[in-house]
Amino acid sequence: MNNLLWLVPTLPLVSFLILALAGKHVSRVWVAIIGAGSVSLSAIITLIIGISFLSLPPATGNYSQTLWTWMQVGGFNPKITLFLDALSLIFVFVITFIGALIHIYSVGFMADDKDYSRFFACMNLFVFSMLLLVLADNLLLLYLGWEGVGLCSYLLIGFWYENPANGYAARKAFIITRVGDTAMAIGLFVIFYQFGTLVIPDVLAKAPILWHQGAYMATITALLLLAGGVGKSAQLPLQTWLPDAMAGPSPVSALIHAATMVTAGVYLIARMHVIFQLSPIAQMIVAVIGTATLFIAGLSALTQYDIKRVLAYSTISQIGYMFLALGVGAWTAAIFHFVIHAFFKALLFLAAGAVIEALHHEHNMFKMGGLKNKLPVIFWTFLVGSASLAALPLISAGFYSKDQILWYAWASQSGNPLLWFIALLGAFITALYTTRMMILVFWGEAKTAIGHHPGKLMTVPLIILAFFSLFAGFIELPHNFGHFTLFSNLLHQVLPETVLKAGINTELQFQVLASLSTFGGIYLAYIFYYKQPQRIEKLKQSGFAMNLYFFWFSGWGFDKLYNVLIVKPIVFIANINKNDVVDKLYQGITFVTIRLYQSLSFTQSGSLRWYVMGLVIGAIIILSIQIML
Amino acid sequence: MKSSISIEMVMLLAGLLFVLGIAGVIIRKNIIFMLLSVEVMLNASGLAFVAAGSRWAQPDGQVMFIFILAMAAAEVSIGLALILQIYHQHKSLDIDKLKEMKG
Amino acid sequence: MDSVFYIAAFVTVISTIMVITRHNPVHALLYLVISLLSLSMIFFLLGAPFAALLEIIIYAGAIMVLFIFVIMLLNLGKETAKQEKEWLKPKVWIGPAILSAILFAELFYLIAIAHAASYNLQTVNPKAVALSLFRPYLIGVELAAMLLMAGVVGAAHIGQHKKMVLHRFLKEEDDTL
Repeated sequence: MNNLLWLVPTLPLVSFLILALAGKHVSRVWVAIIGAGSVSLSAIITLIIGISFLSLPPATGNYSQTLWTWMQVGGFNPKITLFLDALSLIFVFVITFIGALIHIYSVGFMADDKDYSRFFACMNLFVFSMLLLVLADNLLLLYLGWEGVGLCSYLLIGFWYENPANGYAARKAFIITRVGDTAMAIGLFVIFYQFGTLVIPDVLAKAPILWHQGAYMATITALLLLAGGVGKSAQLPLQTWLPDAMAGPSPVSALIHAATMVTAGVYLIARMHVIFQLSPIAQMIVAVIGTATLFIAGLSALTQYDIKRVLAYSTISQIGYMFLALGVGAWTAAIFHFVIHAFFKALLFLAAGAVIEALHHEHNMFKMGGLKNKLPVIFWTFLVGSASLAALPLISAGFYSKDQILWYAWASQSGNPLLWFIALLGAFITALYTTRMMILVFWGEAKTAIGHHPGKLMTVPLIILAFFSLFAGFIELPHNFGHFTLFSNLLHQVLPETVLKAGINTELQFQVLASLSTFGGIYLAYIFYYKQPQRIEKLKQSGFAMNLYFFWFSGWGFDKLYNVLIVKPIVFIANINKNDVVDKLYQGITFVTIRLYQSLSFTQSGSLRWYVMGLVIGAIIILSIQIML
Repeated sequence: MKSSISIEMVMLLAGLLFVLGIAGVIIRKNIIFMLLSVEVMLNASGLAFVAAGSRWAQPDGQVMFIFILAMAAAEVSIGLALILQIYHQHKSLDIDKLKEMKG
Repeated sequence: MDSVFYIAAFVTVISTIMVITRHNPVHALLYLVISLLSLSMIFFLLGAPFAALLEIIIYAGAIMVLFIFVIMLLNLGKETAKQEKEWLKPKVWIGPAILSAILFAELFYLIAIAHAASYNLQTVNPKAVALSLFRPYLIGVELAAMLLMAGVVGAAHIGQHKKMVLHRFLKEEDDTL
């Protein structure tokens, strides 16, 4: 069944082509059927391939399907080859499965939008690009998918382009990720220069032979790839685009945050893990970036009032956890958290989208409230998602994945108590802002009347996602609690096992600490936002707290910083050179040409006799030259 | 047939006819006269070809003359048609009045 | 034989000068016929009897008849001659004449300085011309045929009597004209 693999990315592509080329002539029903159906079909095929892959694993642990040779330039002949192993299987599964649910949800969510077919065309292209990215067998094809994802994020964030702010957000996302992409392209050049190939298995096989442990070329390459990953995954210092990316429709946010785009960086680092392992410094930087990001983004999430921005910052923070896990060598833990995060973050975004639509496009959480009884389905699914995000112990999937990362942050060989502590603090903050969001949206008194209730097309995907957000965690249980390792067993075909420090075997107390931090966060939010809201008022009296609030609210001032450091100087230089010095040369050419033309145009008198006269004079001149020579 | 006409004299005659033709084209304002002068020029070049052909005792000169003849026939028929049309539209054959192509 | 050539050449030059100086088109045309006839005499002297015949039959015969027809069609007579008289002022023709004279002087000089050995002219009979025409120059003959075809079609098209049209974009105006 593995040879069906090519259908998985092809179906969304075909659907994209149909909708993009003939979308105007297809009825809305058929747009929905083609757009959502293609991705759903991909998900079903992925399921079939996954079952056959797991029941009859290929001898080499991977399966590749060469479709055709892309180009042939000297010794450089990248092929269009799809490469399936445990890692890409998990990513393909998440992308198609969650992508399909989001598409089905969108059928209901976007029902009244005038650009129905454009929306589905872009979404399909998005899914296709991401599938290409994770299925690519060489880095060039991966880069094609990588850039395709960037393009689609631009198209979808700016989907409602009538509002200039949305276009601005789309450009911001595009340009900032471009910074990372450029670094990544340079990284690919370095890899090709060093290995003479871009085929990923070959590169991974050659890297330990060519480079010794800690070789500086390995560090450079790893850092360049990391820069690409940081850009796409919205990590420090390129995280500023993601909160603004909320300008797009909610399903787009769900797709960007859960299934595609931001997880591309995680995939890239996991895929190229050999190079990162060769460079302890680079790995350390990955861990530090992840930790710093999860902390900074968590505190920013605490101060937002726009429900989608809270979720956006929480995504940055959760991806930070994944980077932390990658950095400490807990590869499987990172991928595990990615899968769980994909479920609950898609759920949260779709549920938030439903809330926003029900409340007449109200984004402000302080104007929501009291929805607990009015939108029960949304409430319960949102509660499940929040529990998973806050890592509620034992019953939520998020607990198992995040706890694993926390544990490895301490216990792994490259782990570090400081990293663990900040991550624990991050877990506390996560619980705090999640509970705050829940209380503001669903408890309290109703401040906005409900418009219309979400239909079946929107609630059913939510219920499915909620189910997975609760129970997906059970495929991987901690050592001291069931010790069920289905997920990591599968991944260890591709990714190395995490090396633990010697003499640590007390995971239990870490789990208790993690649980305590979660409950502490929930309790604190309960006190501040439900029980005794006057405490918040008191806090607002203090100037320091308000300053801190605004600092966090603006995302730690990164936008301002970049504005001063980069945008202002460039605008300044552009203003100086408004008339473009280089242009003067070309203007001079046109000026001379115009003058010559004006001075010669009198010869075009239209008089035939003049022209013949010219011929005669020319003949005289030529003959004179003949005589003189 | 033996003859000792020097080729320079024939060429001079051809050149003279050609220059007279050109002079006719420039001097005359009437399109019909210009067309006649062009015929004179064509004849002059034909004479040069024929003279060269007989100088080397090759038929190519006369072949070229025949081509010139065919070309002249086509040119005259088109040219005269144009003259008719111009006269219809402008009621004049003055070439200096036809300056619509002025740049 | 030489004297025959010089006489013919003299007649040609004189009659050509007459062609470009006459006021009456018909007179000019008659001088042109004389010029062509004397030129055909020169062709004959140069050993090209076939060219000489064609000169008379096609040029002096066919093409000149075309001119005469057109002149008749346009009814160019004394009016035109009077107009031509006005146009042909020394002021108009002196400049071009000088230019042409210079051109001829240069041609004369270039031809005179060439040292060609004297030679005997030989007759190139029509058979040789025909063989050459339909063997190595066959493609040229076909091209000439196409040219004549295009000439016929073009003349038929252009020569039609049409409404006076200055320009295809100015059609609206031509109703008012």
